[in-house]
Amino acid sequence: MTLDINKHHLIPKHSKLSDAEKGKFLDSYKIDIKSLPKILIEDPAIVNLKPTAGDVIKIERESKTAGITIYYRAVING
Amino acid sequence: MKADQEKLLNSYAGKIPLSVLEEIKENVPGTISKEKFQEVMDKCLIAYNNAKVHAGECVGLVAAESIGEPGTQMTLNTFHLAGVAEVQVTTGLPRIIEVFDARKGIKTPMMEIFLNKPYCLDVEKLRKFAATIKETKFEEFVSEYNLNIFDQNLTIKLNKELLDDNDLTVKDINGIIKTKVKNFSVSITDEVIVIGLKGKQDEIKDLYALKEKIKEVKVKGIKGLKQVLPVKRGEEYVILTAGTNLKDVLALSEVDSTRTVSNDIYEIYNVLGIEAARQAIIDEVYKVVESQGLNVNIRHVMLVADLMVANGTVKGITRYGVVSEKASVLARASFETPLKHLFNAALEGEVDNLTSVVENVMINQPVPIGTGLPGLVTKMK
Repeated sequence: MTLDINKHHLIPKHSKLSDAEKGKFLDSYKIDIKSLPKILIEDPAIVNLKPTAGDVIKIERESKTAGITIYYRAVING
Repeated sequence: MKADQEKLLNSYAGKIPLSVLEEIKENVPGTISKEKFQEVMDKCLIAYNNAKVHAGECVGLVAAESIGEPGTQMTLNTFHLAGVAEVQVTTGLPRIIEVFDARKGIKTPMMEIFLNKPYCLDVEKLRKFAATIKETKFEEFVSEYNLNIFDQNLTIKLNKELLDDNDLTVKDINGIIKTKVKNFSVSITDEVIVIGLKGKQDEIKDLYALKEKIKEVKVKGIKGLKQVLPVKRGEEYVILTAGTNLKDVLALSEVDSTRTVSNDIYEIYNVLGIEAARQAIIDEVYKVVESQGLNVNIRHVMLVADLMVANGTVKGITRYGVVSEKASVLARASFETPLKHLFNAALEGEVDNLTSVVENVMINQPVPIGTGLPGLVTKMK
């Protein structure tokens, strides 16, 4: 199937943080990866990013109140 | 706006949200001096930081009250639209409960199918397309069933006119029936299908069971779309459907796969992922709130939606959903079925650290919200 669901208007932009970015991000908030919200590894919106468990996914949501908000989710095995 | 002002404005990205920056950009006169503009930006930053929710503010409680209070008025306002030629959809409080409980199998599953050009502008093409996606079952083409006990066979007479209307031939039906009916002898002449017994041990009641089964066989269309209704939305036409099948519909080339949505949160979660489900929850709840003429700030709905999708799957606000994930036994027991939770906790020897709100209310201790949140740490020398 050639359908690219990531163009769907309900799905915000997902991108994977590199290891360096991930370390910097976790340091800046002084949190452990376990305290992040989760996303399943087989989530349809991130399959093309080929994530592994423990990655951090950056999500750029379009928000009605703030324009664009950035959200992070940690990849977990389902 | 001049280039250096634009630069100054952009340097605040990250500190002030994009929508606020845009509002400043629109409202500040272009002739403003650099010093003045800096002053405006500083004041805006202070105002924005003051408007933020303070640490320890019980946002969940505020959200619950802000959604709950208008909800009491909604109950009386639900009404039915009798005789309106639109697909009947659950609205009002029942719908909000349905979404927040994250129910599987909702009462009125519905899709809004947007189409690519030229289908979205041409009514005739649209109608034809709508007819092809509607799920049509075998029984709709049958004019007569005849279960003959003497000959031990089942005779089905097809309605030729209906077949022609749907661009189907007896041959098409023949192929479908042949693949679905096994262990029986099938012969088709013109519009009459004769199904007879093959094995000796088979009985007439098998034929009867087959007749019931064969009625439900899908002849054409997309599984699940029970009703299709082309509707005009602004400039273009869209198709409303009763019943959903998001995955198969999105795969069609005629369909605009960027805008087509279902109202089933679970289906959206399975097809489009967790973030899409979050957005769908917000959209669905807010649609009801707005249609009832109520005024609920969208931030409350966003908070609830965020909570429901926090662990990667959609969890309802029920004792099986988000409440079951609470760390504290007393907090779980205070929601529903207290005895069950307390017994299980006792069996497992669970420890309650009393870190959250409800359990502290129960044992008459200060709750960790607002000024109760910070603790004192002393350095021992």
